[in-house]
Amino acid sequence: MAPRDTDGKIHVPDAPFRPGEEASFENWPWKPGDLPMPDPKNCHFQDTVDLANGLVRVLDDDGNASGEWDPGLTSEQLLSGLEHMVRLRIFDDRMMKMQRTGLLSFYMRSLGEEAIAIAQTMALEEQDWIFPSYRQPGAQFVRGRDMVSMICHCIGNEEDNIKGRQMPVHYSYREGRFISISSPVGTQFSQAVGVSLASSYKGLDEVTITWIGDGASAEGDYHYALNFASVFNAPVILNLVNNQWAISTHANFATGTGSFASRGIPFGLASIRVDGNDFLALYSVTKWARERAAAGSGATHIEVLTYRTGAHSSSDDPSRYRPKNEHTKWPGGDPVDRLKEHLIKLGEWSLDQHKELEERIDGEVIDAYKEAVKFGDLANGPYPSADTIFTEVYEEMPWHLREQHDEMMGG
Amino acid sequence: MKMANMNMIQSLNSALDNMLDGDPDVIIFGEDVGYFGGVFRTTDGLQEKHGNHRVFDTPLSEGGIAATAFGMGLNGLRPVVEIQFADYIFPAYDQIVNEMAKVRHRSGGEFWSPVTLRTPAGGGIRGGHHHSQSPESQFTHTPGLKIVYCSTPYNAKGLLISAIESNDPVVFFEPKRCYRGPFYGDPHSVPTWAEHPEAEVPESHYRIPLGEARLVQQGSDCTVISWGAMVHVCEQAISDSGVSCDLIDLQTLIPWDKEVVVDSIEKTGRCVIVHEAPKTSGFGAEMAASIQERCFYHLETPIERVTGWDTPFPHTTEWDYMPGPSRIAAAIVKTQED
Repeated sequence: MAPRDTDGKIHVPDAPFRPGEEASFENWPWKPGDLPMPDPKNCHFQDTVDLANGLVRVLDDDGNASGEWDPGLTSEQLLSGLEHMVRLRIFDDRMMKMQRTGLLSFYMRSLGEEAIAIAQTMALEEQDWIFPSYRQPGAQFVRGRDMVSMICHCIGNEEDNIKGRQMPVHYSYREGRFISISSPVGTQFSQAVGVSLASSYKGLDEVTITWIGDGASAEGDYHYALNFASVFNAPVILNLVNNQWAISTHANFATGTGSFASRGIPFGLASIRVDGNDFLALYSVTKWARERAAAGSGATHIEVLTYRTGAHSSSDDPSRYRPKNEHTKWPGGDPVDRLKEHLIKLGEWSLDQHKELEERIDGEVIDAYKEAVKFGDLANGPYPSADTIFTEVYEEMPWHLREQHDEMMGG
Repeated sequence: MKMANMNMIQSLNSALDNMLDGDPDVIIFGEDVGYFGGVFRTTDGLQEKHGNHRVFDTPLSEGGIAATAFGMGLNGLRPVVEIQFADYIFPAYDQIVNEMAKVRHRSGGEFWSPVTLRTPAGGGIRGGHHHSQSPESQFTHTPGLKIVYCSTPYNAKGLLISAIESNDPVVFFEPKRCYRGPFYGDPHSVPTWAEHPEAEVPESHYRIPLGEARLVQQGSDCTVISWGAMVHVCEQAISDSGVSCDLIDLQTLIPWDKEVVVDSIEKTGRCVIVHEAPKTSGFGAEMAASIQERCFYHLETPIERVTGWDTPFPHTTEWDYMPGPSRIAAAIVKTQED
């Protein structure tokens, strides 16, 4: 037997910074205006190589918008986006407080990633399908979901539309074409291709949007999605949200290349990397991808470059595996602050107005919370009736479930 | 032998530490198991002590983890991999069921892969559909795999060491509700392991052989068979029922301990089988069928099964789903009726 070198030769990567170290990201070389906008309907996927290797930005570090990707939104649209983002942040804070006081079992915030689902959903048409992961609840605000209903779901109380069956944040909102969230990461990505192909089959002007994390992109579902989308020319928008962290696993463990967007190119998909904290760039890139899909020119693979400012979930403690202030060093800054500063630069907004907005929404969230707990909270109930365990397992309850149901209810 | 008071996380960690110390072929990887030490802290400190070439994080890819472990095992290593929740094992199902389980047989004994897949399973933590399932029967149905389900700090360590040392692939289920204390079926009572005799665990290497059950308590009138967290719920139920029972903790489901089970049924003539997983095609069905094949003329009353319902695992109503002491006690009492 050959001698053993027990020091080992497997290359194991590491995160760039660990607790106790000073995080320091290189300033981004990419500036607004760097990248041209090709024709979404007719360009070849090879024409997007620079977009995949660069970074689409619209807002600069001083809150000015520029370049071909500036979507030219009205101040009403910008203010609406800002309000949705502020609402999501305040909503998340309230839900975390509920979790910490035992009124919810678990929670996941979108902190630092609020722009993504909100800007992207605003860029879609209302008939488009949303197939989210757990970090895109903000899309529901855009689609008009009532906060009381969302809180009731998170509690799992009598008014939870999914009847206490899934953990908090696993929303389902059919009215908003927002498809039920599942815990196994990444599964929705290839399913979304199927949703979009059903729209093709039916000849409808519908596009499907979906998201996956950098970590989950190591699952097979991600690769299935790119291949099926390419082979069947699916009208789908495939977003990979690279927020650097999958619980404690850094994106360096998800790819050996340091980049995700360019993975779409060898599949033959238009591929773009976008600043995920830049509301305008997100809106614009999504609008572009929607136009391309609706024109029958196929899917777009988008890397949304961002940073997970919060913990993975209420069960996670990121101070164990990354510097506590790492998010303050992120070159993309904070998405809410950036849109706010842009509106102030435009003369459409002020710090006083922003403060008033936060106070108004905080009041609305508290009102919604008070209304929701009237239907029960986790600590005290009431909960959905126990027989909801047996309903909707099948369309009709088979005899063996009927027997078990009767046993439980009678016993 | 030096003993220490350990909870199940600590005893599993100790088993892994002993094996890393004693066998250079042992290598540990999985999601969040390296730098962070695992979402349940089971691998805490192991990377720091043994190096990041022996304990490391992987891409979030259960299929990739299983396949890589399988390949390493083919080439002489003894990988111990973690699937973060048993609910997330299914992307690896093909690699486990069609590859790991069958390679010894398909190669005429030329190749084998001694992988251990550790995975936290079971409910009771408000985990809803996808952090609560107990999918053991989806693996007991696969020839070539050994299936272990531990229940206490002491048996967790001894069984895990035997699993790692086994030259067959082992799927090792850990009842996550029991990581930090036994669970007697009352969600509002959260005892720790501190006072429990099974929390006295040797610090050094020891084995509990695969295939041997644990007779938790002895009685004369009924045999209660269970595994995982439900073993402790059964203890409570037996006490509540007032019936004198043998309580058998199977520990290993494949191969299960025929002698202990048959001897007990021949003594008591009555049997209750308890598991968290759904009833239909659960491992309790296999046990019931095997018991009637082997002990039919000793049975005085029908075998009872108390199990999770044939539904997805719920979130807020999980205590209505999981078998509790009252359902189990009622079944024990029912077996006493002539």
